[in-house]
Formats: sequence, structure tokens, C-alpha cells
Amino acid sequence: MTRLPDVLTSWFTTRDWSLHPHQQEMLIRAQAPATLLIAPTGGGKTMAGFLPSLADLADGSHQGLHTLYISPLKALAADIKRNLRTPVEEMGLPIRIEDRTGDTPQSRRRRQRADPPHILLTTPESLALLTSYEDVARTFKGLQRIVIDEIHALAESKRGDQLMLAISRLQALCPDLCRVGLSATVENPQAIAHYLARYPDPCQIVQADPGPAPDIKMLETAEAPPWAGGGAAHAIPAVLAQIKAHKTTLIFHNTRAQAEIFFRNLWLANDAGLPIGIHHGSLDRTQRERVEAAMQRGELRAVVCTGSLDLGIDWGDVDLVIQIGAPKNVKRLVQRIGRANHRYNAPSKALLVPANRFEVVECHAALEAVRAGDLDASPAATGPRDVLCQHILIRACAGEFAAEELYREVITAGGYAALSRKDFDACLEFCATGGYALQRYDQWQRLLQRPDGNWQLRDPRATQRIRMNLGTIQDADLLKVRLKRARGGRPLGEIEEAFAATLTPGDSFLIGGQVVRYESLRDMTVEVSRTPGRKPKIAVFSGSKFATSTELCDRILQIFAQPDWANLPPHTADWLHLQRQVSELPRPGHLLIESFPHDGRAYSCLYGFAGRNAQQTLGLLLTKRMEELGLDPLGFVATDYATLIWGLEPILDPAPLLNIPDLRAGLEGWLAGNAVMKRAFRGAATIAGLIDRNTPGQRKNGRQATFSSDILYDTLRKYDPDHLLLDITREEALRGLVDFGRIEEMVQRIQGKVTLRRLDRISPLAAPMLLEMGKVPVKGAGAEKLLLQETQALMAQSGLGDLT
Amino acid sequence: MNGYSFSLCGADLVALPQRALWWPDQSLLCVSDLHLGKSERAARRGGPSLPPYETTDTLARLETLLMESEAQTVICLGDSFDDPAAAAALPDKEKARIEQMMQGRRWIWIEGNHDPLPTGFSRDHLAEITLGGLSFCHIARPGAVGEISGHYHPKAGLRGIQRPAFLVDQNRLILPAFGTYTGGLRSSGPVLSALMHPKALAILTGAQALPMPMPR
Repeated sequence: MTRLPDVLTSWFTTRDWSLHPHQQEMLIRAQAPATLLIAPTGGGKTMAGFLPSLADLADGSHQGLHTLYISPLKALAADIKRNLRTPVEEMGLPIRIEDRTGDTPQSRRRRQRADPPHILLTTPESLALLTSYEDVARTFKGLQRIVIDEIHALAESKRGDQLMLAISRLQALCPDLCRVGLSATVENPQAIAHYLARYPDPCQIVQADPGPAPDIKMLETAEAPPWAGGGAAHAIPAVLAQIKAHKTTLIFHNTRAQAEIFFRNLWLANDAGLPIGIHHGSLDRTQRERVEAAMQRGELRAVVCTGSLDLGIDWGDVDLVIQIGAPKNVKRLVQRIGRANHRYNAPSKALLVPANRFEVVECHAALEAVRAGDLDASPAATGPRDVLCQHILIRACAGEFAAEELYREVITAGGYAALSRKDFDACLEFCATGGYALQRYDQWQRLLQRPDGNWQLRDPRATQRIRMNLGTIQDADLLKVRLKRARGGRPLGEIEEAFAATLTPGDSFLIGGQVVRYESLRDMTVEVSRTPGRKPKIAVFSGSKFATSTELCDRILQIFAQPDWANLPPHTADWLHLQRQVSELPRPGHLLIESFPHDGRAYSCLYGFAGRNAQQTLGLLLTKRMEELGLDPLGFVATDYATLIWGLEPILDPAPLLNIPDLRAGLEGWLAGNAVMKRAFRGAATIAGLIDRNTPGQRKNGRQATFSSDILYDTLRKYDPDHLLLDITREEALRGLVDFGRIEEMVQRIQGKVTLRRLDRISPLAAPMLLEMGKVPVKGAGAEKLLLQETQALMAQSGLGDLT
Repeated sequence: MNGYSFSLCGADLVALPQRALWWPDQSLLCVSDLHLGKSERAARRGGPSLPPYETTDTLARLETLLMESEAQTVICLGDSFDDPAAAAALPDKEKARIEQMMQGRRWIWIEGNHDPLPTGFSRDHLAEITLGGLSFCHIARPGAVGEISGHYHPKAGLRGIQRPAFLVDQNRLILPAFGTYTGGLRSSGPVLSALMHPKALAILTGAQALPMPMPR
């Protein structure tokens, strides 16, 4: 065991603190190659991770970098720096602590490479960038420990895969490097441990006392929730009352758009003028920092936020967490609840606010799951190959390398342990030549094989381009939003380019809690003006929507199976009773399809309970099949539980529609041309280095220099259908946006047990779906006709049609 | 040739949905900004190795148009090659395809900012040419009348749909880019808005040629 030096012990004593058992345990295991600590928020997790480093560094003998701390958020790195420097200064320890993120000035970054601090706090991207320099071995000389904070969050993203590849490189440079992972409570710690440790090293898991069970309830509101939608406007008075009754409240939303709408409504009802802020990832950094600072000073009574506040930054005295809308995922809910009450031994207090009637059931299911400690398992994903391609390019920036050696390193990263040499070589080939069936770039290969067999960049100037495009976060299509002024107005935040493209001058939308009017698009910046008091015309900018987890879907079906619902509010119980009376409730192991006429169209509702993405894909595939069968579908809408399709002809025989091989064939043929696949391709192609997000000396104005990744996708599909990137795209889409796995799972679960209910009118369960946002028209000739009509109308209106 | 028919300074022209201009009275086909060899140039300059199929694709589409129109004259409005070296580096097979297309018809290469110098294919390589009262050049000049140009790769659309588009007013026509790997500049940007008359049309390309008031 690493003994705690006296200076640390006495510092603890003067504060009347004693070490938690898990902090002791981390000291004991200081020399272990890999340790995963699982502790709730507020459990002294970070201190547990750093104690062995502080003990090691206390005597001032260590030269150079000792401990690398990785956080998924820049803000978290800065926060930890503050929280760590204070005790280090109070103890008078000779330890230099610095952070390094995208915000660190260039001069300091250069100095850090030559003269690194003892403890460097950084992010996965900044670390990957550090490993791309030729002096990487010198920078990391003497490195003993690496602490990965919030590893559960990183393990679910490509950022984590990139991080683990960078660490595999560091481990090769520093063989005795010890790895420590800090994680919130997760369902499957073994999977995270496998992810953390150098494969096949073992990894011990240290479990901290989880603390008392959270105090979590559904918020009672005077008004019943509406039938559909996510605004939760009905709950505003009750939420305001809760804010008044507590010191500081965090109000979590699932999407940025919902947070914006809720914040606006809250502000309009805030007669007492309580200080309330908004915080989400689309807001400008200075705006976010202002809210963070006010929060830390304890000046805010509430913050309306999204996942950007999910991770473990210490926001001071939060005593209530409110989750608006169904949490979609039990694990995320538990982590959010943990944000309340940062004291270890007090229960966290949380309230769930269902935004609509269905979410009452969903929130109830989530409550049961939290009480049962039943978290959703994250799928064990294999390391994505686009990230590997980027890693190979980064490696090449740092100097020549041998393929065999790099392959050996890569397979020590848990996610890549099963990577075959053949797959690795395909990625290397892609980086070198593009990997095309048609060999074209012999002369201009990106990577060249030297006579001694090692690989190197053909053109050393390529390093700049590769470094500029490093990273796996997809933010290429965000546009900055600014107030229109003579000399560059204040930045407000960012919106997706696709959303900006739907705006015409005069449209108003919400950002940062204010209504703004779209003026123009200039230099890739959306210029807006303030329009006080106006109701936003377009309130929603698109954002990621989570799909409800399999675990929660199962629990909802179990609730449906209850004989009655005394445990649910009467408005919801009555609704379910009515559904049972006129139709039936979906059952586990069955697929319920309702078919009914409505508004002159034939409607069908399939209750697949497969999550939003899979239900959406099901809608795309089924309407395709229906078109082949002459049922003339016109459109559909999907939720986490069901897909509602409308068309000219009713579904009378569902069997031919739900055949897996047919669905799969539709996926291969038709979905390949779909926007979902193109989006997946753009992501993979950008990460793998086929598309530059940034180019040196990029022209500010005009995009004629670049062209859409859709063109590359179509070209590859036409001329090189077996190309590596198309293979990666298919793999990604199937498990991500397309989520075909859950459709297969559903079809297997129901084993052909399909109940078709023909009703004479819309059912109580299906009715709210008509109010859902995001209806998808079935495109093709119809869409083209519509475009023709609209352009003709514009020509007629403008009088231009008569001129030519 | 099916497309959108309009007249410019007395000439009856057809904007084809395939991003080319057809002038029936002159049996003239005009395309702009082919950017042949773009992927080779990107790779040569240390950029990404783009799928090397765009030249094949661009040429195949041009061949189809020539076959359908039996055009006697072809004008390439500049930026036909991504740079002079890209023209030289085209594989022999693709060079032969271009020579084949040029056979038996008048073929005029207008110089562009990417290909200011004559290439190996040049018989007529000109800064500008005037035919039947219309002048053809690469970059539009403010104040010009009866002018057909390219360069800007204009695009336009509505409801989030953006397509390569012809821009036309009573004085000038700007062609969309024909090359496979070409992006677009929105007509609503300051440059194109300033260049085009307030009553200009955008003719969207794609499955059909769709005229609409030019978004600005």
C-alpha cells in the first residue's frame, strides 16, 4: 500500500476528515495496473483517484509528468484543477497542476509539451493531439498514472474509443503506467473494466458504498398532462412552487429545444422574479460560463438544463433535481438524481414530471426501475473502425511506424481486442491509398511504405490538416447565431445547419431563452435580431432524441398487463381502461396492430415497443413494403412505442409485412439511399479522414470549395460498393440511428403472434400519436410533384411566370 | 431535350435538368465547371484520397447528353479541369474519352480560374467567345448584357431542399456546376444577390427543371 505522507494525514486531521473505505482501497491498490472505482456523485471519487498521486508526489522528487487526468468535459477539467489546487496549496505540496484543453493558449500548450506539469488535466481530444507530436515520448516520460473520470460516459461514445487508443500508445511508451477509471453506478461494471484495462490484463473493481436510496417521486400537478407533446407547460406552476421551496433546483430536459421552450414558459410565469438560468450545449460558451459561475456563487435558484450538466461538475448546493419528460433510460436518470445533494450520506431528492399522458406510465416504470436498482445495460460495442483510421493518421503524424507494432498496440485497447489483422490492414490501406478498387493514388498516397517496411506520411505538411480535423465529435454542421449589429453582435449559440436551412427571413425561434428573428445567413453565421414579446413561430431546432431503453419498454408492458392501475393517477388509469374496453393493451410477447379509418384515410398503428429509432426505421421499411403491395401509404409517425402509418388502403394481412428477410432486403436496397445512411456516412467519413471539417487557410465566405458528403456516398455506392467506409456506415447505422437490431429483437420476441384489431375509429392509445411532431411523408414522385406545385405557386404570385 | 425553355436577349434557350444548357437554334450544348481531376488534385496536395470516380462519372453524364442532343457545338465554360496538372494527370482512358467526344463537332474550352492555360485538349481555348449575340465567359461581369457564365456553382431551393440551379435575369445566365464533385453557393448570398436583377429566376435542376423566383 502507498502510505499517506504525514502532511496529507495532518491536513485531513485538521479538517476532521477521515478517509472513506474506498479511498483507502484506492491507496492500497495504487500499484495495480488497472482499477475501476464505482462511486456515487459526491462520494469523494475524484479525491480517491488522486490520493495515490498526491502521496507519490509529496516529497517533490518526481521529475516531469506523473499523472494524467482525463475528463469528458473541458469545464470538468477546469473544475477539478480548482478543487485540487486548493488542498495542494494548503498542504504546501510541491506539485504543479495544469489543465490543457482546446481553450488553452497556444503558447502554454507548446510549453506544456516541453515542460509538462506533474498533474495534467485534459480531454480525450487534447490527449490525442498530444500523441500526434514527434516529441510525444519526451512529453510523457515518467508518466505513472492515468485517471479517467466519468468513464461510464466516455465508454458509450467514440470519444472513449479514441481515448483508449491514445492510451494504448502511452502504455507502449510507459509500460508501467497504471490506469484508474472513475465511474458512476452502472449496470455492468465488468464491461467498463474490460474497456479500461490493457487487454488482457485483469482489472479490479472497487465499489464504494452507494449511499442512501434516493427520494424520488412523480410531481403532482393540478392539471392533467396533455395527450401528446414534450413541453410540460401544465407543470409550470407546480415546478415554480418547488423552486421556491428549495435552495437550488436543477431542471433536466431530454432535448435542447424542450429546455428552451420550458425556460421561456417558466420565465413568463416567474412573477416573483426568481433568478433562473438556462444551460445547454447549443448556447455560446460565454453564456454558459456566466450561468456556471452564478451557479457556483449560489446566486441561482434554478437552472433549466440538458445533458450538458449531466457530468460530475460540482455545482454547489443543489437540493432538488427535476426531470421533465420521461427519462428514456434508467441509468441516465440515476446519474441525474445524483446531482442533488452532494453530501455523501443524505438521500438525493428528485421529482419526475411526465410531459404527456403516456409519459405518466413511462415515468412510473422508471421509478420502479430505480427502486429496484435495475439499470439498463449498455451494449458491448466493438471498437469502431473510423476511429481506428483516425488513430493511424495521428500515429503517422508523430513519425514513422511499423504496422505490426501498431496493430499489437491497438489490440490492447479493450474495444479493439477482437480486431483481426485483416481488418486493421484494411484501415491502414484506407489511410494510405483511400482503399479503392480502382488504384489511382500510387503517386500521391497519404502514407508511404519505406524501403525498411515502416510507414510514414508522404507529405509532412499533411500533419497540419490531420491535427486540425482530429476528434470524433460531430459538430461540422453547426452554425453560429449572432445578434445582427454593425460590428459583429453578441454570439448567442449554435443551431444545426439543417434547421437554419428551413428558416426564411422573418421567422422567429427560441435560443438562450429569448425569441429572436432570423435576418440573414452571412459568413456561415446566422444573424438574428431580438423580437421581444413575440411568440416564436418555429420553436424547435432539431436535437438528439434518445430512444427509450429495452428495460423501460419491458416495464411499461408489465404495467399495461396489470388488472387495474390504482398506483397511477386517475386520468391515466381511466385512459388505459378505455383502451382495454374498445381495443386491447399491448402485451409482452405479442405485436398489437390496430387498423382504423380516420379523416378519410386508412390508419394502422403498430405497437412494437422497440424505441424511437427502430420504430422510425420500421415505418420506413413498412411503407416501402406497403407501396410494393399497392396499399398506397402516404406517411407515418413514430414514437418510442409505436409507428402510426396512414395511406389509402388498410392493412388487412400483416404477415407479409413483417418478414425479417424482406425487411432486411428493404434495408439493403432502399434504405441505402436514405438520409439516415447518408448521415451515418458523413460521420464515419469525417472521423476516418476522408472529409476535412477544417482546411488550412479555409475561405470564410461561400462553400463552393466544399461539396456535400452525400455526393461521395452516392459515388461510392455506384462505383465501389464494397468500400471500407460503406461497410463502416452500414455497421454504424444498423446499430445506431437505424437500430435494426431492436426490430429483429421485436420480431423474434413476438414469434409471429400478431393481433390485428380492426376498429371503426381511432383508439385511445393511438389518438395521441396524431399530435406527435416529426411526421414523415413517404417521398418519391409525390415529393417531386409537391415541389413543382410550390414553385409554380411562387412563380404565379411573383408575376415572374408571365415575363418569359 | 426536355427542360425549362426561356429566352435571353432574343435567344431561345433550354435549361436542362441535367445541369447543362441547350441552345437548339445553334445545336449548342454548354456546360460549366466540370472540375475534372479534382480527386487527383486533392490527393496531390496532401488532402484526403477522395473516391477517384468523379471524372468517369462526369464524362459519362456528358456523353449521354451529347448522344441525346447530337450537339454540333460544345462550350465548356471554364474550370473544366481542377488545375492544369490534373488535366495532364488524367488516365489515358479518360483522355481518350474526351478526345472521342470532341470528334466531329466544334468544341470550345473557355478558360477559368482553375485552368487559365490551354491543356492538351485545347484546339479552341479562349477567355471568351461571342456566338449568335451571346457572350460566353467564366466569371460574370457586372453590367454585362447577353452574357452566359459559370464559376459560382449556384444552388437554390426551398424548405431545406437545395439543388444546383441556373440563375437567369434579362441580361445574364449563370450555369450550375456540371462536375460530380462540386459544391454550391447559395443564390441568397451577397455576391449572387448583388449580381442578379431583383426579378431573377432560379431554375432548380434534378429530376426536372423547376423555375422559381431566385431566393435572395
